Amino acid sequence: MSGVNFIVSLGKRVIFVISAFGEFCRFCGQTISWIITALTSTHDLKLLVPQFYQIGAMSVPIVSIVGLFVGMVLAVQAAVQFLAIGLGSYLGSVINLSVVRELGPVLAGIMLAGRVGGAMTAELGTMKVTEQIDALRAMGTDPIRYLVTPRFLACLLLTPILTCYADIMGLLGGYLISVKVFGVSANLYWRYSAQSIEAWDIFCGLSKSILFGGAISLIGCFKGFTCRPGAEGVGRACTEAFVASFVAILTIDFFMAVLLKSLYEAIWGFKSVF
Amino acid sequence: MNVNDNNNTIIELKNVRKSFGSLVVLDDVNLKIYRGQTTVIIGESGTGKSVLLKHIVGLIRPDAGSVFFEGENIAKLSERALMTVRTKFGFLFQGGALFDSMSAIDNVAFPLREHTDMDDDIILKVAIDKLRLVGLEHVAKQMPASLSGGQKKRVALARAIALNPQVILYDEPTTGLDPIRSDVINELILKLKRQLEVTSIVVTHDMKSAYKVADRILMLYKGKFIFDGTVEQIKNSTDERIQQFITGQAGQEELKLLKI
Repeated sequence: MSGVNFIVSLGKRVIFVISAFGEFCRFCGQTISWIITALTSTHDLKLLVPQFYQIGAMSVPIVSIVGLFVGMVLAVQAAVQFLAIGLGSYLGSVINLSVVRELGPVLAGIMLAGRVGGAMTAELGTMKVTEQIDALRAMGTDPIRYLVTPRFLACLLLTPILTCYADIMGLLGGYLISVKVFGVSANLYWRYSAQSIEAWDIFCGLSKSILFGGAISLIGCFKGFTCRPGAEGVGRACTEAFVASFVAILTIDFFMAVLLKSLYEAIWGFKSVF
Repeated sequence: MNVNDNNNTIIELKNVRKSFGSLVVLDDVNLKIYRGQTTVIIGESGTGKSVLLKHIVGLIRPDAGSVFFEGENIAKLSERALMTVRTKFGFLFQGGALFDSMSAIDNVAFPLREHTDMDDDIILKVAIDKLRLVGLEHVAKQMPASLSGGQKKRVALARAIALNPQVILYDEPTTGLDPIRSDVINELILKLKRQLEVTSIVVTHDMKSAYKVADRILMLYKGKFIFDGTVEQIKNSTDERIQQFITGQAGQEELKLLKI
């Protein structure tokens, strides 16, 4: 009997997961279907402004700090080894390439998943629990158009810009530690950095960050919309949203790395860092 | 009642069924709502009164059956098509459901800004008028967090009537209010009926409020209507379930559970 029960509960679980994913896809579809309205009607454009402020302007300090420390940590970890084998001047290539291609976008994304995604889930979840979302619908306003699409667009457009902040601060952090602390020549540091980083690398980082931004906002809003009642429901939704965003960011990162790498090799061939 | 002919039917529910998981909330419900009347639906907490109300504006869709508004089956409409239909309704939610990021007046102005092309100063004038109707123009600039429970409900009512709806749906309008505040809401329901000539549906378990505002009372019990009539008729009903409810006495089953 217990074997049968196990299969039954497994089946239930699988159906639940699949239907939740289907619901999420529909939610994404609806969000995207409102984009043209959001960008063409002046009424809807006004909804974007507070989101730009909340998601963009308010996130600049934290994203910059994260970027700065990532650059500094990389420099501290790599400097001694590189100097020992006499490659100190190449520090810039390694640090800056890591920051621009991977760590800048990923860590900025994760920071935003916590700051922006969490706030979205909490806000929309509370609105759901207190029937404010139903109230929107009852007044003939599509809650996805009014609440989700502006957040989605703001995240989509601003995550790459915030990633630029993280990248720039990362470069600065790496420079400070390598040059000012470990005494690497500033001239060589920047020259090798400039040699190894191509426009393609920056493009890779930023294109990923657009996807991260989209994922963060869609997951954050969806979790808020499907939040269960009560303070516990909101709390749980926030946790789930953060975990799901985190996993989504790393998954997207992996597949984008594979895709972009093979794309690069197909066009330009093998790339040597040194 | 001779006014209850088909021409006067504004909303009709036909064989509506709804269940959540294994819990059957509405079991083959049939209901006609007549224009200009105030219909009160009573029933114990958790019997699906609010669910029924939400079916009427399409916030919840039935598992089976149809919901007609002015002859159109809204249960089959797409979400976008429903949006237009919903502007003809005013819905007062149990907790008010005011947007807590906006002041009282912006809450009332919200549906006007969404659905009309009026200039903002005209919209604000209309919003103030609506607030005056519920006696709260002096709290216009306050945020919902600083309003009392009764004030929240009245602001929410002002918002619900902002677009001059044909039908107002009240979801437990007096729950959680003291007797005086409750009566203020009852008077408002009567006043709106007189002044705006709207059709109202009130879901409540407050019998005093039900007696005061109702032209017609229905009782929902275990997913079905077990009573449909006037205030006098329900007071004289001999059905034990109804008498228990309207006099507010716990039944044998409840007492057994408490082991008294």
